[in-house]
Amino acid sequence: MAESARRATGLPEDVRSAIAELRKHYPTEEALLLPALHFAQKHWGGWLPEEAILAVAQELQLPAARVYGVVTFYDLFHQNPVGRHRVRVCTNLSCALRGGNEILEAVQGRLGVRENEVSGDGKCSVVEFECLGACEQAPMMMVDDEYHGRLTPERARRIVEELD
Amino acid sequence: MSYEPVLLRRSAGAAPGAPPVGIGAYRDDGGYEGLAKALTMAPAEIIEEVKASGLRGRGGAGFPAGVKWSFIPKESDKPKYLVCNADESEPGTFKDRLLIETDPHQLLEGCAICCYAVGAPVCYIYIRGEYVRQAEILESAIREAYQAGVLGESVLGKGFKLDMRVHRGAGAYICGEETGMLESLEGRRGQPRVKPPFPAIIGAFGAPTVINNVETLCNVPHIIQRGADWFAGIGTDERNTGPKLYCISGHVEKPGVYEFPIGASLDTLLEAAGGMLAGRALKAFIPGGASAALLPADKSHLPMDFDNLAKAGSMLGSAAVVVMDETTCLVRSVYRLAKFFAHESCGQCTPCREGTNWSQLVLGRIEKGHGRPGDAELLVRMTANMSGTALCALADACVGPVRSLAQNFRPEIEEHINSGRCPLPYRRVFEETA
Ligand SMILES: Cc1cc2nc3c(=O)[nH]c(=O)nc-3n(C[C@H](O)[C@H](O)[C@H](O)COP(=O)(O)O)c2cc1C
Repeated sequence: MAESARRATGLPEDVRSAIAELRKHYPTEEALLLPALHFAQKHWGGWLPEEAILAVAQELQLPAARVYGVVTFYDLFHQNPVGRHRVRVCTNLSCALRGGNEILEAVQGRLGVRENEVSGDGKCSVVEFECLGACEQAPMMMVDDEYHGRLTPERARRIVEELD
Repeated sequence: MSYEPVLLRRSAGAAPGAPPVGIGAYRDDGGYEGLAKALTMAPAEIIEEVKASGLRGRGGAGFPAGVKWSFIPKESDKPKYLVCNADESEPGTFKDRLLIETDPHQLLEGCAICCYAVGAPVCYIYIRGEYVRQAEILESAIREAYQAGVLGESVLGKGFKLDMRVHRGAGAYICGEETGMLESLEGRRGQPRVKPPFPAIIGAFGAPTVINNVETLCNVPHIIQRGADWFAGIGTDERNTGPKLYCISGHVEKPGVYEFPIGASLDTLLEAAGGMLAGRALKAFIPGGASAALLPADKSHLPMDFDNLAKAGSMLGSAAVVVMDETTCLVRSVYRLAKFFAHESCGQCTPCREGTNWSQLVLGRIEKGHGRPGDAELLVRMTANMSGTALCALADACVGPVRSLAQNFRPEIEEHINSGRCPLPYRRVFEETA
């Protein structure tokens, strides 16, 4: 289908053109789903409200149920509001051996949140996460897109305090 | 004899956080000469060379790479694909991240040679969603390669057309399993497929597809440039050849990625990694990532290659070596791994969905002091039902650590059950609490 012939969807133009750019590199529309959800999630502030999911479904001409199925399968897609900053603390074995659970405790304690809660000021949500592939830096955590390693509880607290 | 790194030759001395080797520096160091040479060879010759090198897959299963490539049909009415597996989600593993962060063109070159050898005009590098910076590094290296005429309409001006894309996952261990990865690439939940047909015949988008790990592909330019004989001369024997990256983590002084000829022992790695943390004694180690059976301290001299580790009842896997010292409760450690597998099971096969969850529950109750007499036997019986009974090897991955704990470290389980508590309760790593 020519780009101009594509009907408007609920997706903003920049997301639509990012998807259009990828279209020529994949043989099916469906293959654009993960990239499209990444773009949409970024646009909607880190999570995918119903509106976003329906817009992506419409853009790729997929049944909404298919898109929901994919969103619920992957740990990095969120169906509930998240904080402005997402903190993921690894507690898998290599980090656990070096105090990963103490880092999680320290961060959650500092922000006054439990698993999956958003701090009162909307600043942070914190989750316990599986191995992030940086065990040489254990204990470590991921804040938004950045890795922070060789943490102590004090350093971890300072990192989340300094977020705006 | 000191060993000259191959895979890390350009990055071994680099400061942490240094920018990746760019295309200029890469070419100055002989980079892309393997690709140039490959393009003068017949595709079949390249496959023969890779076969002769003995290179086995570095992603976990150790399948011979050249043999896998030879399964790709010469003729196909659909475009063939290479999908590079950069999902790297096996707990304890971080070598592919280092290869991408430090020397991305080495990977691109390996991918390009593979594509030419099997006749694939498209390569997707499927990278785990958490590797955001690493995906950006690859994308910028790909841009450099297009600008330099290394990729695109005519690779190095020799008429071979190749499109390369980075495709980001979104957080799911199962998408490292090759057919789960294909499902995910195609825009679906990452639920593994029934095999056969194998991806070499029906892979991505229904077309013949090669899937190889990042490290596997990084070896390829060196094999083409320096020859199969050179490669086969490195390692333990003709079935275990070439350089190998070992990721060592846990209770060691200097955790990190260390390159050795395949077949390095834990003793060798420990020496390189500054020894055990705080000089404590070794209790047990995992040689090949979360899916591998735990080995006791007295196996630290064992050459860690595919066959020696298989003989010892474990596996090389992704060569993620997790070291646990004398203060470590192995029940708690394996419980943590079982919890991981239960979280990551895609849920489509009953033995895996139920088995991983029950492994977690039974180990959890033992650790909390509520274990029941017979729980060790129960774990062994459960693992028998999980082994080889599902569509993919995730259930078997959970079996690795769980069964080895129940069989080889049984006294530790019994002690938990008999005393009604963990004999090695968690000791805080950090002094302060507040
Ligand atoms: C549950 C599961 C997870 C896997 N995860 C990875 C992974 O993260 N990276 C990888 O390269 N291979 C992984 N594999 C192995 C792949 O299925 C496949 O064998 C490998 O990518 C083939 O490449 P190789 O022959 O070069 O090793 C996994 C396998 C299973 C069963």
